[in-house]
Amino acid sequence: MKKLVIAAAAAALAVGAALSGASAQEKLKVGFIYVGPVGDMGWTYQHEVARKAIQDQFKDKIDTTYLENVNEGPDAERSIEQLVRAGNKLIYTTSFGFMDATAKVAKKYPNIQFEHATGYKRDKNLATYSGRFYEGRYIQGIIAAKMSKTGTIGYIGSFPIPEVVSGINAMMLGAQSVRPDMKVKIIWVNTWYDPGKEAAAARALADQGADILTQHTDSAAATQFANERGIFSFGQDSDMIKFGPKSQLTAIINNWTPYYVDRINLALNKKWATGDVWGGLKSKIVQMAPYTNMPDDVKKLAMDAEAAITDGKLHPFKCPVVAQDGKTVECKGGTHLDDGQILSMNFYIKGIDDKVPAK
Amino acid sequence: MRLALERRGERSIFMALASPVIAIALTLAAGAALFALLGKPPVQALKIYFLDPLTDAWAIQEIIVKATPLVLIAVGLSFCYLANAWNIGAEGQFLIGAVTGGWLAVATHGTDAGYWVLPAMLVLGALGGAAYALIPAVFKVRFGASEILTSLMLVYVAELLLDYLVRGPWRDPKGFNFPTTAEFDPVAAMPMLIEGSRLHLGAIIALLIVIGAAILLARTLKGFEIKLVGAAPRAARFAGFNDKTLTVVTFAISGALAGLAGIIEVSATVNHLQPNISPGYGFTAIIVAFLGRLNPIGILIAGLFLALTFIGGETAQIALKVPLDFTKVFQGMLLFFVLTCDTLILYRIRLIPAPKVAHGIR
Amino acid sequence: MEFVEAILLTVVAASTPLLLAAAGELVVERAGVLNLGVEGMMIVGAACGFAGAFATGSILIGAICGILGGAGLSAIFALLTLGLAANQVASGLALTILGVGLSGLIGADFVGQKITGAPNLYVPYVTDIPLLGKLLFGENFFVYLSIALIVLIWHFLYRTRGGMVLRAVGDNHASAHALGYPVLRIRLLAVLFGGACAGLAGAYLPLAYTPFWTSGMTAGRGWIALALVVFASWLPWRLLIGAYLFGGITILQLHAQAFGVGIPSQLMSSLPYLATIIVLVAISWMRGRAGSPAPASLGLAFVPDR
Repeated sequence: MKKLVIAAAAAALAVGAALSGASAQEKLKVGFIYVGPVGDMGWTYQHEVARKAIQDQFKDKIDTTYLENVNEGPDAERSIEQLVRAGNKLIYTTSFGFMDATAKVAKKYPNIQFEHATGYKRDKNLATYSGRFYEGRYIQGIIAAKMSKTGTIGYIGSFPIPEVVSGINAMMLGAQSVRPDMKVKIIWVNTWYDPGKEAAAARALADQGADILTQHTDSAAATQFANERGIFSFGQDSDMIKFGPKSQLTAIINNWTPYYVDRINLALNKKWATGDVWGGLKSKIVQMAPYTNMPDDVKKLAMDAEAAITDGKLHPFKCPVVAQDGKTVECKGGTHLDDGQILSMNFYIKGIDDKVPAK
Repeated sequence: MRLALERRGERSIFMALASPVIAIALTLAAGAALFALLGKPPVQALKIYFLDPLTDAWAIQEIIVKATPLVLIAVGLSFCYLANAWNIGAEGQFLIGAVTGGWLAVATHGTDAGYWVLPAMLVLGALGGAAYALIPAVFKVRFGASEILTSLMLVYVAELLLDYLVRGPWRDPKGFNFPTTAEFDPVAAMPMLIEGSRLHLGAIIALLIVIGAAILLARTLKGFEIKLVGAAPRAARFAGFNDKTLTVVTFAISGALAGLAGIIEVSATVNHLQPNISPGYGFTAIIVAFLGRLNPIGILIAGLFLALTFIGGETAQIALKVPLDFTKVFQGMLLFFVLTCDTLILYRIRLIPAPKVAHGIR
Repeated sequence: MEFVEAILLTVVAASTPLLLAAAGELVVERAGVLNLGVEGMMIVGAACGFAGAFATGSILIGAICGILGGAGLSAIFALLTLGLAANQVASGLALTILGVGLSGLIGADFVGQKITGAPNLYVPYVTDIPLLGKLLFGENFFVYLSIALIVLIWHFLYRTRGGMVLRAVGDNHASAHALGYPVLRIRLLAVLFGGACAGLAGAYLPLAYTPFWTSGMTAGRGWIALALVVFASWLPWRLLIGAYLFGGITILQLHAQAFGVGIPSQLMSSLPYLATIIVLVAISWMRGRAGSPAPASLGLAFVPDR
């Protein structure tokens, strides 16, 4: 009986959605849910850049809108539903914490299409997408090993989740490929975005001997500090050269535009289907900012690595990968760790002295 | 020329009733002005903010869902504030309630536990919140430490504790190492009132608490005691009421209700524990408590109204690109106007002309 | 040696906004008014400060804008609590929420912009002295101002007649009024001063600490400042110690992490808050019979009878 009621309700909603869709103009309404402010110069900012780009590209064919600063807790479900009720037919939820809320709303509105970034729950009308940022980290590691005088990288970590841990590992693997005794110091600031804390962490890392700073947080505070202090930094999410003209070596840029363009095209041609896209340098979802502040030979090394990864000739997690405890990690992907292993990575590789928090 | 307050002989009944209405009217006017300043059409913006959500069944449900934790916490806070015990840590008590109640859900996950799980979770949540609230209460009563600051510091501690638990010991082993617990089993989830909607049993519980609180404050000796201790501490002491005991009691009640709100919200909307389970309910509830003039029925209305501003704010963001900060400005202004109008209940405002003769003694 | 110097410099930088805001609030509370809206005033000061500095290119103008922003917001609080005798706790909270919202609106156009931060002092030879050189002679003007403020406040409260009157108002406003002192006017000036300090403290963040604007930049420092005033038992010198202690714990826990100390980071992050609670309880307990060290009229509304 319960199932019948739900099915009837869903059918009614679907009919309603279809009717309202049919009565509206041809414009496809696309909605975005952002976890932070569009001005964060980081994660959300890049999604917004892409949103503006697709609005420019598709002009009258689509109508985009967004909700920013959406809390990842109880409010998320409602906010997503607000977008549905405002007539949006394709909805992007751009943070991991929106996963369950998106899945719930997707079940409720089977005729609306949803895409969730960095998550793993999918449905007929719910696709997932993310970037292989670890590819960029590997290149950063190579550059860091070459440019660092002290041999120590300073890493500002947000939260010890697999995405961040795999980033640290990839960077160290890249560094170790050039300089086996490279070291890293990690500080967990327990936030994605707090410029004050990030600046303090940057300072602490530099004071403890790191002369290359990198981060998995969203603001430009560390880059700005590095510029002031005269050490090097890597930008995160967006090109932060403006904040670190002398310090930025490169940045990992989250370039969602080509992905969004693809998906909108599919949606406009009624060919949208669920799936999982985890794109790296090859798909251009991950882009490296121009290599700056480094001598030409380092630049060449970086560009060669970038080309090799893009062509598939080099995989950051190529086997054998030795974990911190000395044991070789099982090589499930043949010649390199498979996606599942990378997505759930919660160990450090050998050469990192810290312990992964809360293991 | 200066403003002076002149105490009225007795409370102005007119102002007591009209105050919230005038306050809302003033807020709407100020809001309209602010919209115009930002270049948004004032009337349309106000309509989207305040009227549109009321015409939509879904929106009304969402208002109730959002208001439920606010009202629950605010009723508890009103007990404290009436007794001059300033509990600013409701947010922390909310989180701890979610943790203690959620513990049972995590512990019984996957086992074939019966229907006793949810009620037990609610009880544990209330107890957890009460225990957490007793910390600042005891520090106040035993050592004289400011409960405002201790309860506030404990909010940060609670946030960090929840973060630690979901990243470490309680993390879902099948969750790709992301910081959440496993989904709560159906027996650990709050039942919905309407199939397929988000309207849950918690709303009924909140309503019952409101009614219970109203009766307690208006009709029982305890309620009288609470009100007297706050309004006239000396008289209360003469009557034999102990303000220290009352501080502890009201903090315990407040913590219990906040903790209850926490576990209800988690089991009804999110269905698992994660680092982020409250968009600041504990602090918003303080506004609700004052808007409702520390009266349970008033709090019910204030909670619904404030929830309305949240929902309307989101709709306005989508439709008119009004930034979310606007909602905060609205809420702040509303509280200001309510406090202003409330003064007029007890005082009249007089303009005193500048004195022509200088006062003698200095 | 260099390492210790570096840590000390970081501690000073982190503690300065706390010290500035708490210093102002200390004066306000000594006058008997509890203004919980420090966070709101600080962040409005931050937004106005950045806006001013970005528009004119001058840090000084930015600082002045920050001061005016904080003071302006505090004026609303004064109207409510002094003019209309409204409940101070509720008014302070309303101020915080209003301030946070307003700051977002004010700062909206400036997101993603950056400026050159406030310059540090440099005295040839002196600043280069190891350990103490940069610490004493290489700071930016906000830091020196914060220390000067404590000295000035101490002098005002304990060595001038005006300060004595202010303390009297805070301890017993009824008696002060009977003696003919203008209680409300004194409190108004104190509140505005507190607002100015909070605004300056907020402005320090985008003008010197991290030279760009972002919403929510104060990240709860206003609440810490409130705790510091109590921690310091409302005494200026203790406030100085408290602010640096608090900033110190915050920075040290970051360093401990970088060092590889294996305690859960959440426990480390909670240390400053736990420390504040422990100190609060300890101080109150030690005062014992003497009761709370707070000004006796703190938080009570004053309505003069005719």
